[in-house]
Amino acid sequence: MRVWLNKQRNLLDFSLSSLSRRRGKTLGMLTVYTSIVFVLASVMLFSHAIRREAATVLAKSPEVLVQRMVAGRHDLIPARHLDAIRGVRGVQSAEGRLWGYLFDPAAAANYTLMVPTNPRIEPGKVVIGDGVVRVRNADPGDLMSFRAHDGSLVQFKVDHAISRESALVSADLFLVAEEDFRRLFGIPAGMFTDLAVSVRNPREVGKIAEKIDAALPDTRIVLRDEILRTYESVFDWREGMLLVLLAGSILAFAIFSWEKASGLSAEERREIGILKAVGWETGDVILLKMLEGLVVSLSAFLVGYLLAYAHVFHLGAGLFEPVLKGWAVLYPKYRLTPFVDELQVATLFFFTVFPYTVATVVPIWRAAIVDPDQVMR
Amino acid sequence: MRKSDAFLTLSAVLLLLLGASFADAARGLVREEPALERKAEMVGRLGLTDLVLFTEARYTRHPSQADLHSAFQDHPFAMDHFPTGSLLPPPILKGRP
Repeated sequence: MRVWLNKQRNLLDFSLSSLSRRRGKTLGMLTVYTSIVFVLASVMLFSHAIRREAATVLAKSPEVLVQRMVAGRHDLIPARHLDAIRGVRGVQSAEGRLWGYLFDPAAAANYTLMVPTNPRIEPGKVVIGDGVVRVRNADPGDLMSFRAHDGSLVQFKVDHAISRESALVSADLFLVAEEDFRRLFGIPAGMFTDLAVSVRNPREVGKIAEKIDAALPDTRIVLRDEILRTYESVFDWREGMLLVLLAGSILAFAIFSWEKASGLSAEERREIGILKAVGWETGDVILLKMLEGLVVSLSAFLVGYLLAYAHVFHLGAGLFEPVLKGWAVLYPKYRLTPFVDELQVATLFFFTVFPYTVATVVPIWRAAIVDPDQVMR
Repeated sequence: MRKSDAFLTLSAVLLLLLGASFADAARGLVREEPALERKAEMVGRLGLTDLVLFTEARYTRHPSQADLHSAFQDHPFAMDHFPTGSLLPPPILKGRP
């Protein structure tokens, strides 16, 4: 065992010396390899973490939402639809929701206005999300004014801000009282943005949605399950888009590494010839070159993955921010919960380390079985 | 110090850091669990439906509530002009527009 271990260490020494003789090439390869692993791992970690966070947090979103559609557009829904919904067997409760958007010219940002029912907001007061606090530099007690639908000014006094911890779901929220909401947008009493329905038995949601759909043909029904699936697909799509954008560079890297790993330079051929001439066995030569591949690919994987982990979970995934931000002025400052899928990491390891190491074997084997004299010439 | 020893030490340190990253993730999950619960509770209390990721347009702010036409409904022949539109797939609804 000791002899075997010493042999492996000697082989490793030899392969490290061989790599350091081609220092420039090796370092270049290592840098490109590490960057590719870093980007792939960052996309993978970010998408998985945000997908899991969305699934966990949105699991308590309304079970069934009923929206009214007019000519293909979302329209206000009358309160009388509530009675029709409450009449459907299995419906536990149904209530109207008031929400919408408000463009703030002072910050050039869009806010999401909502009327919460629990706790209710006092008329004239507002509770704001962390993003609104940042873009308006607002503190409790500050006044914010907006032009209502009829041109009159509606003034709000900031009651308090929602904590930054929940920015991912609340950064742009602007919670107001029902009276203020209706006055701002001119929405008459008895009209709502949409209706939220809860059902007694979660297994009957589909059936109840069908009944509501049949009773109210001018409506569109959104189930909690559909909200969750939308987010699942949003991040699958985004991961896919990023990977498509990266495909060119990944392919270039694959060709580069394949060329580098599988094509032997004249110098390397000569090296193999000399090793064979001084008595090395074919198996040892193959092992030596495999070790060279392993040193490069394993180091690149470990460094690339660790950098990606720090980037996504400790540095706020700053490199993705411009992509995610788009034209939005108001972007939440959030810290992702570190959901890591070990199987995904193992898959990344397999697809980054294994192919490169294996790609080195075939040409080495071909060169190593030829007569040393012929190779050296 | 032999080159192999230096490399093995470096690899061991990196592997240790890899293990530490998993431990950090596990600890982070435990640490963030109450915050996640508070967020979920707020979602339930306020009836929120979407994450605040893209606030530039209403169909990107609330992708789960948007209909399939919302990205193109500003005027006839209107194209989706927000960059986020290319990053967001349409919502998945069971056969309803």
